[in-house]
Amino acid sequence: MPLFAAEDLACLRGGQLVFAGLGFALEEGELLVLRGPNGSGKSTLLRLLAGLLPRREGRLWWRGRTCEPQEAAHRARLHYVGHHNAVKSDLTAAENLAFHAALYGGGERVDRALAAFGLSALGEMRVRYLSAGQRRRLALARLLLAPRPLWLLDEPEVGLDRPSRKALAKLLEDHLAGGGVAVVATHGDPLLPPALVLELGA
Amino acid sequence: MSAIRAAGAVVARDLRLAFRRPGESLLAVAFFALALALFPLGVGPTPALLVRIGAGVIWVLALFALLLSLERLYQADFEDGTLELMLLAPAPLELLVAAKCLAHWLSSGLLLVLMSPVLALLMGLPGEALWVLPAALALGTPTLTLIGSIGAALLLGSRRGATLAALLVLPLFIPVLIFGVGAVDGYLFGLGGRGQLLMLGALFLFALAIAPFATAAALRLCGE
Repeated sequence: MPLFAAEDLACLRGGQLVFAGLGFALEEGELLVLRGPNGSGKSTLLRLLAGLLPRREGRLWWRGRTCEPQEAAHRARLHYVGHHNAVKSDLTAAENLAFHAALYGGGERVDRALAAFGLSALGEMRVRYLSAGQRRRLALARLLLAPRPLWLLDEPEVGLDRPSRKALAKLLEDHLAGGGVAVVATHGDPLLPPALVLELGA
Repeated sequence: MSAIRAAGAVVARDLRLAFRRPGESLLAVAFFALALALFPLGVGPTPALLVRIGAGVIWVLALFALLLSLERLYQADFEDGTLELMLLAPAPLELLVAAKCLAHWLSSGLLLVLMSPVLALLMGLPGEALWVLPAALALGTPTLTLIGSIGAALLLGSRRGATLAALLVLPLFIPVLIFGVGAVDGYLFGLGGRGQLLMLGALFLFALAIAPFATAAALRLCGE
């Protein structure tokens, strides 16, 4: 039985059909990579899977049971990292993560999350003084604040240097090895060899 | 329990942000004080006239000052993506909205309440106003924050949002204005204003019951 599956997904944006008839089935530990040109609906699909957008058609399953992305049970099992970093420039890096940890209802794992992306030395620094790549790393460090089986990442590697890209790949690998699934939109080389590739806008 | 913790984190974060950027809160307060200081210059320093219009002028200016600060209530979170994460948080959005309103009131409405006795003196209001006016503002301004939060959420992301929000929200402020001024004038002119104060409390409870749900619904639409 697949852990996370979808069938016949269709989404309407501004009266236009972005995609229709999309489907996939992910077993535990599998990575789905979304590919396609700009505007092909990669972000839209991720937002739909996160429950931020309503879908026009289609069904979703989690562990074989139908699931509604808008319901609280679904929200509690996913991590979403979109284009926006969702960090406050007037707070320090550690304060930003502590806020998100409380929002996730997770424990105090801020130090570990900072360390995973080599941000330990910058914990007390206001985000205002961080570079774009460092802010992206801070946004990705959220993934470590609470264990969630479903990761939805929208071009996570944008602005990352080579070591951080490696750190992200390692994190993703551990997540998948632990039985989680991930849906990642990307333009470049995938971080890891994906189990499944969905070409959008083709 | 974790929902309460999440709400507490929202309050703490917003207060910390307000504290690190005092300009935004102080701007509304400065507007409140300066605009009021213009009135004696504009209408003339006749004590009888100032006492008669004092409560009304202070309340109207408090309305405008809050409106000024409400514009940014959800805008920053919307622009940097934090709002998306609040929509996705396991805690109910209604609770997080209430937390944001509380933080907003503590960093704006409360300042107006604390400043109001000084402004009452500026308008030459008699001694009783020194406690009635802050009491009425303390009961009334949270209601204004809650109602304004609906307007701010509805017009999030639209251009000219602030102006539109003013048009949308100001008519809903009228009951608070009427009972707020009524309470102060009632005490000043010996008619008693207890009923009006109770009415302000009732309006607050009503807004508290409705506004978080209406705001959360508007924010969910905005996430689309």
